[in-house]
Amino acid sequence: MTCDEHKQAFQQRQQQWQELVDKACARFPERRENFATTSGIEMKRLFTPEDVAQVDYTEDIGFPGMYPFTRGVQPTMYRARFWTMRQYAGFGSAEETNKRYKYLLENGQTGLSVAFDLPTQIGYDSDHELAEGEVGKVGVAIDTLADMETLFDGISLDKVSTSMTINAPAAVLLAMYVAVAEKQGVAPEQLRGTIQNDVLKEYFARGTYIFPPSPSMKIITDIFAFCKDNLPSWNTISISGYHIREAGSTAVQEVAFTLADGLAYVDAAVKSGLDVDVFAKRLSFFFNVHNSFLEEVAKFRAARRLWARLMKERFGAKKPASMMLRFHTQTAGCSLTAQQPDNNVIRVTIQALAAVLGGTNSLHTNSRDEALCLPTEDSVRIALRTQQIIAYESGVADSVDPLAGSYLVESLTSQIEEQALAYIKKIDDLGGVVKAIEAGYIQNEIGDSAYAYQKAVEAQEQVIVGVNKFTIEETPPENLLTIKAEMELKQRQKLAQVKEQRDKEAVSKALSELKQVAEDGGNLMVPILAAVKQYASLGEVCGVLRQVFGEYQEQ
Amino acid sequence: MAKRIKVLVAKPGLDGHDRGARVVARALRDAGMEVIYTGIRQTPEQIVATAIQEDVDAVGLSCLSGAHNNLFPKVVALLKEKGAEDILVFGGGIIPDGDIAGLKKAGIKEIFRPGSSTDETIKFLTDHVNQ
Repeated sequence: MTCDEHKQAFQQRQQQWQELVDKACARFPERRENFATTSGIEMKRLFTPEDVAQVDYTEDIGFPGMYPFTRGVQPTMYRARFWTMRQYAGFGSAEETNKRYKYLLENGQTGLSVAFDLPTQIGYDSDHELAEGEVGKVGVAIDTLADMETLFDGISLDKVSTSMTINAPAAVLLAMYVAVAEKQGVAPEQLRGTIQNDVLKEYFARGTYIFPPSPSMKIITDIFAFCKDNLPSWNTISISGYHIREAGSTAVQEVAFTLADGLAYVDAAVKSGLDVDVFAKRLSFFFNVHNSFLEEVAKFRAARRLWARLMKERFGAKKPASMMLRFHTQTAGCSLTAQQPDNNVIRVTIQALAAVLGGTNSLHTNSRDEALCLPTEDSVRIALRTQQIIAYESGVADSVDPLAGSYLVESLTSQIEEQALAYIKKIDDLGGVVKAIEAGYIQNEIGDSAYAYQKAVEAQEQVIVGVNKFTIEETPPENLLTIKAEMELKQRQKLAQVKEQRDKEAVSKALSELKQVAEDGGNLMVPILAAVKQYASLGEVCGVLRQVFGEYQEQ
Repeated sequence: MAKRIKVLVAKPGLDGHDRGARVVARALRDAGMEVIYTGIRQTPEQIVATAIQEDVDAVGLSCLSGAHNNLFPKVVALLKEKGAEDILVFGGGIIPDGDIAGLKKAGIKEIFRPGSSTDETIKFLTDHVNQ
């Protein structure tokens, strides 16, 4: 057949099918008038080659490990090595968390991920008045290097990669990690891991900011510069969409606002004199993954392609590594239900599968009981096993990007890229991310999506199994993990003891040197490292920086 | 006609998760109530001062960090100390069932758990304010 004959045959069949559809719909009306993804992208009845007519395989999809990386950042993806199975964990004291890490490593986890408590994340010591009731609750409490030594006791830091969810005080925790490694005889250049270090999203989605945007960006670029020279294998930032999505954004908004933040960091680093092809390869990303399976797979592919294009076109990046969007994924905390919590195992499985089919580089699977409390050991093991079953039993990791070429997936990938880029241009017009945050634009966009979702749930347009449909009478679950009130007291005592035993003169000297460097605008990493080695506390170091830089006030 | 219900939605403690607080604030506003949202990272003292200054009928506290047992009763106690115990206090967040009885005993009138609908909160307020 000639090309024209093909086209004619296609149209003829399509017309016949449309007649069948009309008859079917007359007898069995469809469940809804319109089907759409969470981002409002139309889920057509059927996707055909017509929907991907504009997609050029070589230019837009290409080959894995090659620009624009739609199919993945490595040439063979999971055929060589599975994604890193990295469960985010931390609670109570450093001793308890250390035990949990050893448990996870013994069960086949391949990387560590540290959850810090809120006082640590906001730069307060456990004895600060605002820390009351919060110590050890959502993560582990770290006050001084002594806690960090306990946290990694018996874990060789040259053998594991460690991700730390720490933002405003990232420089301090990274310095502590380097100091612990040094005590273990591990050189900084051997260290592998990630600090989140993404302050921008804290202002509009996560809330653990300390300093105003300008000094925050300065600290971030200081870390980039320090790591370039000292920790070449460290991911200096994890630009995070996770929390944007948890705050209520759609999939498109998650991609858009995350990449917009990324552009702001690259811009700041370039302006501080760093070469894009030197630091950009250490940028990493962090996304959420929801139940909307096909949209989620497309989201990851779209994010990779869009980032590669932006890096090339806007910053003139030349090295492939500078354009690769490497990312960690966590399943959606906000999709977990307190009702019939075992159902969450299934939700997490669907989400994890979407992340793997989207080509994630590492993955955290949530535990079934996290809408109730911190996860128990049993729940964490099931969550890890979910990843292992996908990896070893399902076969989806045996061929690269297996959903590529699906008319639906390619069409969604293109539409998500297009809509995210439109948001990024809108943010450009507002003067960039910081201006968009100050104007409340991003917060409002997320807030509108969150509210629309809640409305849809309450109207039962969005079904949540076990919550607004298929509900049962339940007895409250037992065996929940709780943090005992004594823990806070003990942590304060430990801090007091460390403060008593350290070289007080050396601490105050190190802190005044830090203040001097902060005032002079020098790189802060060196004096921070010197201070933590003397057991200056996190609160003391951040206290000095608060004095010099001031604190951010929510608009 | 009953007067318009005035509510302070507040985030005590260091927790930054305010999706729920914002959604509830908006739903109450859409239901015709006057709503003030404090923003995140408020101390119980700040919340009580705002509640009294704004002369609200009710204070809704949201906490997802696990610090609710410290923070919620403190708000009730401070309101009482300032002679404002007529202000109704309710709360929500990641709150285990086992903690609810203790919180109610401490004077928190109702706790809305994950998955609660905003209609339940609206109904609770219309039932308990303006009586």
